[in-house]
Amino acid sequence: MQTRMHHTPDASEPRWLVAKLSLIVVAMFGFGYLLVPIYDVFCELTGLNGKTATTAAMAAETASDRVVSVEFVASVNENAPWVFRPNVSKMQVQPGKFYDTTFYAQNRTDAPLLGHAVPSVAPGQAARHFQKTECFCFTEQEFEPQEGRDMPVRFILDPDLPEHIATVTLSYTFFAEQRVADSGDAR
Amino acid sequence: MSTTAEAHHDHHDAPSGIKRWIFATNHKDIGTMYLVFSGLMFFTGGAMAMIIRAELFQPGLQFVDPGFFNQMTTMHALVMVFGAVMPALVGLANWMVPLMVGAPDMALPRMNNWSFWILPVAAILLVSTLFMGGGAPASGWTMYPPLVLQTGDAFPFLIFSVHLLGMSSIMGAINIVVTIMNMRAPGMGLLKMPLFVWTWLITAYLLILAMPVLAGAVTMLLTDEYFGTSFFNAAGGGDPVMFQHVFWFFGHPEVYIMILPAFGIVSQIIPTFARKPLFGYDSMVYATASIAFLSFIVWAHHMFTVGMPLAGQLFFMFSTMLIAVPTGVKVFNWTATMWKGSLTFETPMLFAVAFLFLFTIGGFSGLMLGITPADFQYHDTYFVVAHFHYTLVPGAVFGIMAGVYFWLPKWTGHMYNEKLGKLHFWLSAIFVNVTFFPQHFVGLAGMPRRIPDYATQFADFNMISSIGAFVFGASQLLFVYIIWSCVRGGEKASTQVWEGAEGLEWTVPSPAPHHTFEVAPEVR
Repeated sequence: MQTRMHHTPDASEPRWLVAKLSLIVVAMFGFGYLLVPIYDVFCELTGLNGKTATTAAMAAETASDRVVSVEFVASVNENAPWVFRPNVSKMQVQPGKFYDTTFYAQNRTDAPLLGHAVPSVAPGQAARHFQKTECFCFTEQEFEPQEGRDMPVRFILDPDLPEHIATVTLSYTFFAEQRVADSGDAR
Repeated sequence: MSTTAEAHHDHHDAPSGIKRWIFATNHKDIGTMYLVFSGLMFFTGGAMAMIIRAELFQPGLQFVDPGFFNQMTTMHALVMVFGAVMPALVGLANWMVPLMVGAPDMALPRMNNWSFWILPVAAILLVSTLFMGGGAPASGWTMYPPLVLQTGDAFPFLIFSVHLLGMSSIMGAINIVVTIMNMRAPGMGLLKMPLFVWTWLITAYLLILAMPVLAGAVTMLLTDEYFGTSFFNAAGGGDPVMFQHVFWFFGHPEVYIMILPAFGIVSQIIPTFARKPLFGYDSMVYATASIAFLSFIVWAHHMFTVGMPLAGQLFFMFSTMLIAVPTGVKVFNWTATMWKGSLTFETPMLFAVAFLFLFTIGGFSGLMLGITPADFQYHDTYFVVAHFHYTLVPGAVFGIMAGVYFWLPKWTGHMYNEKLGKLHFWLSAIFVNVTFFPQHFVGLAGMPRRIPDYATQFADFNMISSIGAFVFGASQLLFVYIIWSCVRGGEKASTQVWEGAEGLEWTVPSPAPHHTFEVAPEVR
């Protein structure tokens, strides 16, 4: 083996090459995980994926005369034990003004539940211009057994909303927390 | 050449019997084990394909329940990709790369042993899921969440089996890179290496870069399921679509991992039987490297329909189209190599020429799928199934079969039965088309993939496709018989074997002795 090594055109030590290649393997494993924050940043920058703006909203001095329809959609995940619906399904809003609406949720089980709502805005291009100053989706919602209540949302549409968008849909999916703990029973 | 002397003390220190294989460090023994393993997996995955085609023989549900059908499509893909095609190519690399570069063995023989013996363990983990509660994985080989998280007891076995298969591939790839970079005979510069060695060098780098990303993606699935992370769980702020990005970041290089070594095999065979040097050697090397680079920036063309900004759709469409350029260079170079050559059509050449035609069909349907607006129509239809089977069956698998026929005399010292070889070729070449060509039509007409039932207007084409699949599958038994009888005996093969064969591997006796190139040959 040793005699062969100095025959080779590339005199570099194989052990060194193996180390370098192994390092690439470890780095690429890490890169797979790095794709996660890269993906989130990319979605945030482009407003893709319906992730709404996180910057603080400010009311415009002059609200435009433009009127946009905002639709509200509520859905529950799989067979989650909730009632969940918007109290108003559609509003006509002027960009630059604040609006309030509520969603109704009820725990249909005899045990306390933690709920968490995940918002999404369609079309994706509108997502960056849809800002919520108050939302039940900001925090976990605790429900007593069979408790039902209205949950508020306060939002504003940015006047920079692209002209061709006439309808914006805000949808929420309501998840029960502690998925890990109960996933065993779910099977 | 000192190889004749080596033949005398062949096997002098090799353990005999089963220990020869369990403790194997010889690249030829390990290569043989890889190929045998791959053959077993090829028939395992093939049997699953037969079940799929039997169910699709007629509309309605006849033989299996839909859940089992989904397990079959998933397992067929996993077994074929990770069990059959990749190990076959690694086996060919083990056998041929040291012989082609004039090295006495692989650079890391003990790791070589390990990377092989991980494979049967991983395969047993994977196949055993068929007998578990909830059945085998049924989410498709792409393992998209949240569906894959509904897999029953099989889920962790699926993940660990993918981990092990990945480890085996990575170790094999590191071994191949180190062998090629450090063990070449004096005088063999990089641009003098045979193309099979070149394509494997590039493939090995693809494996090293892509497989760890898959390992990361499936690890995220595992922690999402059992450790409360939310990488792909929307309730916890994650996103299932992100899995598709991470998966295909691995997945697209993976498809080139399966085809580039086949390109290399065909690049060895066509010059041999055209009795002309390969046309455009340098451009072949650069084209292969370009394909490898491009494979990392096209992944989202697998998922145009998830919703993407226009700029993203355009980028992935154009980068996908760009791959046609280096691929076209290769196809034209092979054609130009045959131009005015003294062609003969022995079985390896027949498979290589069929590869050239049929892989190109798969390439063209790939171009159609790469057009974003058209893809919205084709996505998840049988057109996609037809496309990737054209690149993988008459592409990668025909490449492997061509290589097996080409090198079998060197491995066994006997010529295979040429008449039966040709019969095997014609059966395979005709019925692979009978199987997969009609799938283009039903796909364009809207038949979705991965569904056990279909609308009645697709019935005729599906029946034709199933008949083709049964004959294609049965004719592979002939392949096994041909290899078996060639190992047992046959006409004595000469050292050069083929009249037009050139390269170091054709300077060692047939069969290649256990130890070759213990003294490095001189390359002019």
